[in-house]
Amino acid sequence: MPAPDRPGVTCPFCGLVCDDLRVGPGTRGLAVTENGCAVAARGFGQVATATTGPRIAGAPATLADAAAAAARLLAAARRPLIGGLGTDVQGARAACRLADQTGGVLDHMNGAGAIRNLLVLQDSGWITTTLSEIRNRCDLLILAGGDITSRFPRFFERTIAAPEALFGGDRQCATVFLGRGPQAGVTLPGPVEVIGCEVAELGQAFGLLRALLAGRPVQATSAAGAPLAVWQGLADRMRAATYGVVAWAAPDFDFPHAELAIQTLCELVKDLNRDTRFSGLPLGGSDGDITVDAVSLWQTGFGLRAAFGAGGPTQDLHQHATARLLASGEADALVWVSSFDPARTPPASTVPTVVLGHAAMTLPAEPAVFIPVGTPGVDHAGHLFRTDRVVALPLAALRGSALPSVAEALDAIGAALEGGR
Amino acid sequence: MLIRLAGGRVYDPAHGINGEIRDVWVRDGHIVATPGPDAPIDQTYDLTGRVVMAGAIDMHTHIGGGKLNIARAMLPEDHRRDPRPRTALTRGSCGHAAPGTLATGYRYAEMGYTACFEPAILPVNARQAHLEMGDTPLVDKGGYVMLGSDDFLLRLMASGAEQRLINDYVGWTLNATRCIGIKVVNPGGISAFKFNQRRFELDEAHPFYGVTPRDILRVLSRAVHELGVPHPLHVHSSNLGLPGNYPTTLGTIDAAEGLPIHLTHIQFHSYGAEGDRKFSSAAARIAEKVNSTPNASCDVGQILFGQTVTASGDNMTQHRNAGLASPKKFVVMDIECDAGCGVLPFKYRDQNFVNALQWAIGLEIFLLVDDPWRVFLTTDHPNGAPFTTYPHLIRLLMDKTFRNERLGLIHADAKALSTLASIDREYSLYEIAILTRAAPARLLGIPDIGHLGAGATADITVYRDEPDRERMFTAPEYVFKDGRLVVRDGKVVQVTWGRYHMVAPAYDRGIERRLEEHFARYQTMRADSLRISDDEMAAFGHGGELRTHPCRGGTP
Ligand code: SF4
Repeated sequence: MPAPDRPGVTCPFCGLVCDDLRVGPGTRGLAVTENGCAVAARGFGQVATATTGPRIAGAPATLADAAAAAARLLAAARRPLIGGLGTDVQGARAACRLADQTGGVLDHMNGAGAIRNLLVLQDSGWITTTLSEIRNRCDLLILAGGDITSRFPRFFERTIAAPEALFGGDRQCATVFLGRGPQAGVTLPGPVEVIGCEVAELGQAFGLLRALLAGRPVQATSAAGAPLAVWQGLADRMRAATYGVVAWAAPDFDFPHAELAIQTLCELVKDLNRDTRFSGLPLGGSDGDITVDAVSLWQTGFGLRAAFGAGGPTQDLHQHATARLLASGEADALVWVSSFDPARTPPASTVPTVVLGHAAMTLPAEPAVFIPVGTPGVDHAGHLFRTDRVVALPLAALRGSALPSVAEALDAIGAALEGGR
Repeated sequence: MLIRLAGGRVYDPAHGINGEIRDVWVRDGHIVATPGPDAPIDQTYDLTGRVVMAGAIDMHTHIGGGKLNIARAMLPEDHRRDPRPRTALTRGSCGHAAPGTLATGYRYAEMGYTACFEPAILPVNARQAHLEMGDTPLVDKGGYVMLGSDDFLLRLMASGAEQRLINDYVGWTLNATRCIGIKVVNPGGISAFKFNQRRFELDEAHPFYGVTPRDILRVLSRAVHELGVPHPLHVHSSNLGLPGNYPTTLGTIDAAEGLPIHLTHIQFHSYGAEGDRKFSSAAARIAEKVNSTPNASCDVGQILFGQTVTASGDNMTQHRNAGLASPKKFVVMDIECDAGCGVLPFKYRDQNFVNALQWAIGLEIFLLVDDPWRVFLTTDHPNGAPFTTYPHLIRLLMDKTFRNERLGLIHADAKALSTLASIDREYSLYEIAILTRAAPARLLGIPDIGHLGAGATADITVYRDEPDRERMFTAPEYVFKDGRLVVRDGKVVQVTWGRYHMVAPAYDRGIERRLEEHFARYQTMRADSLRISDDEMAAFGHGGELRTHPCRGGTP
């Protein structure tokens, strides 16, 4: 059935969850005809290969048989890891249920980056804002870690580069990149400054900014590879901003103890709010990472890296990491869920694996069970949380699809487990 | 299926029944009149010596939505101390001050509650709030949607828009967000904070829009009234927590200009600034005002000592209090030109003068407001204390000796400044049934809950009549939800998902074009994306019924 060209489509392919796309039939997959970006074009352009069906050890199987095989595998496991979790709200609800049922652990494919923010939230908190506030109020935008448009392509377009703002037409937002500058072709409305610096040393710079703002004596002559005068200039601008915002994408903070750098940044924002308004914007939400964290949190009290056992749920942001659980053998089965991106395949491991994957996924090694699943917002309806952890948007089914949703596939496994006991 | 609940002592204030021994009959989920002698009875419960009430209703409890999930994320230590392991019937969950939704539903039901209303739903966050409430088992749910600091309303008001347009916007918002009432939090103050204002007085002009909190209260209470929404405007007043804030509260009541108004967690708004510490009780003045203003009602927001977390849309106040957080962490957010929020863990201590006096002030209000139909039993969960403290609070109200013992334990100066010891009033079971059943149902405009008359939904709680009222209200012997036994001896024996209560007032659809245009020009989502469909609600709520209650004036 050819999909009709439709406006007002919500895009599930990054944490901005834009709801203004026009999507129609393409030569392969679907084509974005308005308001897209390269990431959206690739995501909607994926073809769900109609001939792909569930497999057990490589052999074609029905969904019911594949679910039963997965259930047997889980029944034999002590501590299954339900990982990947590239899914929407319904998929996350089903994953939580299955984790509770099997005594499993929940982690997300973006967990390593996500916990850098979660550690800060648990330890000291933050002051943050959301996309529409930035669009209308922001007069100084700092990108800690540099350009983020490869991960969030329409970020500027949808915030500071939007043509109108609520509080006066002459609002001009200055942008400062700490690290990599803007990509070629990105045009920004106001003055742009690039402070070329070492992202891995930004923690130092944030500490220095805190000291400068507090008027404390400073010994350092430079931080993160940029001279003191540059940081003094930035401190002055931050203090003078009416509504400053500092945005960062945790995956860019990929160095040991990066959470401490993020924490210093968040404390810097708190300092600024004694006298002016300033906010952080932790960017995330891609592949459903914020969605899965939110659902698990509200149901059980613990988000990512929650584990379920006889004593009730627990959480360990370090110990319950996918890589560690698989390498240590602590996890003895893996359910890998990836419904948005066929390239996000399970990590190499020796544990029996069930993959609920995008239908176009090609796997480096054949898992014990493979169940192709639909993509929320393409093959079936769903819900996804945006980067700001506030807005959850509905996703529509854009084409007729026989593929089960992640929730349906996980529930089938759960029901088979229930029936087998 | 006909069930006879035989011979219990029944408290049903909606019908004036005050402790009469009588039978309650349930057929297919509803309460029915006494059937003829030949009716075949499927099941009989002998309730001799038991106390029978309708299921309890919490009309103001923060159980779902973004700020609660932030609180959960911030408080792993809270969850670790209070696990709720999986059983054959129930799923694993945890948390004391900010429990998971599963634990929330189980525990409310285990205390005899069968309906809970989330009081602070941001329009842009409504979908999350409903998702969370959908995952809250056993109890009925509903919510109040927050307006008053959203730029769309403030712009309308600043442009001198007619009341009619504001009504349309309020009507659209209630329909789109699937709520049952309108809440306003620190009117205009959440917006003013975004302009770096740190306090916002009732008659102060907004730094950008020029409108005052009093203007906002006037137009919103009028909109709610003219749309025929049964629940009055639900107001979290300006200047929460500030010493000397009680005149603001009196002024807030007057701002409704005689229309119905509900003042929430009024305890936090009943402070004088007298004495050496410039902090005193104004409970008597507030109670006197409520007593003499028939259009006003309030819930208390009682504080109880111990660890909790405060979660509020009032980011201005929460930021001001951030230094008081315990443990030392907080989150403050500006949200989508719509609202904001602030979350900070808090420990109320009986040896802290201010906390001790807050405790006394709450109890004074309970005991000094004469009409139990206009004062509601809340702790503003989790802001004053977690909802699991309700049985303790009920004992404080019902048992003067116990109350005075407790009063003896608090900070001596606070005790000396409180009039609590001189108040003899003890609430009766009948009055408790008003506060926690009959009155909330009436204030919400839900005709078939909160009472035991024929036609009511069979949400029924049966208690052992124990002299220790805290024990009694902690673990009811039976709780029936829609006629089904869901709790036995304080433990869940069956899991159901409850229904959803909302209103859908009529409005002129012309407002939709304006909204679409406003959202396209200034927001980062389409106005249409805000609207939550029936299908979504059904999926969120595990297929539970959606019930739209009528507005006055014949609208649906
Ligand atoms: S920016 Fe993100 S959400 Fe928006 S269209 Fe591109 S991939 Fe989709």
